[in-house]
Amino acid sequence: MQITGELGGLDVLINNASDLGPVPLQMLSDTECEDLVRAFETNLIGPFRLTKALMGALAASAREGRGAAVINISSDAAVNPYPGWGAYGSSKAALHHLTRIWGEEHASDNVHFLSLDPSDMDTPMHAAAIPDADPATLKRPEDAARELLDGIAESLAALTTASKF
Amino acid sequence: MIAATQPIQRPANARLFIVDRNGKFDHTLRTSFVKYLHAGDLVVANDAATMPASLQGIHLATGDSIEVRLTARASIHAEDINCFSAVVFGAGDFHTRTEDRLPPPNLEAGDLIILGPLRATIEKLLGHRRLVLLRFEGSLDYVWAGLAHHGRPIQYSHVASPLALWDVWTRIAGPPVAFEPPSAGFALDWNALSQMRDRGINFETITHAAGISSTGDAELDRLLPLEEPYRIPEVTADAIQRTRISGGRIVAVGTTVVRALEHSATQDGRVRAGEGVATQRIGPSSRLRVVDAILSGTHEPGTSHYELLRAFLDEATLERASKELDQGNYLTHEFGDSVLIERSASIMSHDSRGSRSPLAFEMWQ
Repeated sequence: MQITGELGGLDVLINNASDLGPVPLQMLSDTECEDLVRAFETNLIGPFRLTKALMGALAASAREGRGAAVINISSDAAVNPYPGWGAYGSSKAALHHLTRIWGEEHASDNVHFLSLDPSDMDTPMHAAAIPDADPATLKRPEDAARELLDGIAESLAALTTASKF
Repeated sequence: MIAATQPIQRPANARLFIVDRNGKFDHTLRTSFVKYLHAGDLVVANDAATMPASLQGIHLATGDSIEVRLTARASIHAEDINCFSAVVFGAGDFHTRTEDRLPPPNLEAGDLIILGPLRATIEKLLGHRRLVLLRFEGSLDYVWAGLAHHGRPIQYSHVASPLALWDVWTRIAGPPVAFEPPSAGFALDWNALSQMRDRGINFETITHAAGISSTGDAELDRLLPLEEPYRIPEVTADAIQRTRISGGRIVAVGTTVVRALEHSATQDGRVRAGEGVATQRIGPSSRLRVVDAILSGTHEPGTSHYELLRAFLDEATLERASKELDQGNYLTHEFGDSVLIERSASIMSHDSRGSRSPLAFEMWQ
């Protein structure tokens, strides 16, 4: 409400907040139920609640020809069964599928759903998961964000042009 | 009619009472309302989300506890968040019927009011000792944060459990500019919108800052509805024009949509896109220029909502309809049953825009 109140509307929602599950990473059979629930709350239920609450504003933006998109930040762990990434990977897989179903259901409202994998970034979360990774091999978050924004701007421009003609 | 006491927006057994243009009645389940629309019709709803407009606080000069209910704002501009008109109640909360609530202490221009983290000053009284113009201190960010943390949606004594914000947001809720929910829109969900699309029924929205529906003070209630700012998107105005040309019906979801569309209408029934402030009252002498049918809650005689229905139906049909609703034990108020009323074929003769709201003083000067 504070967001739509201040902005007067909304055309892009990016669900970025994530929870890794147990740290250090654990095999699923060693994962506490509470850690799994927390990962699903953050990675799946949170984006669900926010998207649902903001769907009216997003659909209005689409009707007025400004386009509307929901971008859910995903991971290759959503697709590949990496051992030790059970809580994170399964919740991201659920988010990925939620994004696809939502996309199908709102395609005719012109609200577009994208699941994007920014790839491995040099973040505190990555360090928590793989403490001995070499930061030099990881993408800088600001570069990932820039790529993401360029991608959104491009696809929204394509969408709004398409809907006008 | 009976007050709906459960805060459920879409009970599976919600009912719909239909009056067609020839005054013929029908009863059905509300979930099947799309069946009563035709391909080529345009459904227009209010996409305003509801603000947490009820704020508990202290009147600093007397130290008395008060409840402030924000009731109107000057415009729906996002940055226009510091200034509201508000009704002030004395100590107590929604468990007491508004009719029985204590009056506030004596209020004067310049009085400071503390509402949780928010501070506001009474700029002036607005023609009644309980209706004031309030100015909040602080930035846009600060006021919204304060409202979000301290405000509650306006509650109803006939609903026992306190309403959360999501109880009063329609499925299509967008900008939070309404003070009470545009509750006719509770009938809509995404599934209904999808059914409409499949059947060639068009859908557009307006944003209308629905004001408070009643205050429990007879003198104040006579001033309702207050002036309400609205915005009509260009796509909506265009869709209305296309529908009129092709002979489809304009179906308004709720009284706020009727008020905004008719206020913006030109003599020949064209709707102007853009912003406006609805000042008129719609009643038996109003000629509807745009709206052909209304999907609404059930309304009891004596309310401004009921008066508005008199623009759709002649006196005899409306009386017959009210009796039918009573006998059918329809539920009324925000979470009640619905009516779909088509403007009667015989009521086209008047030519007036309705009378101006008595509270058309220069509130925002």
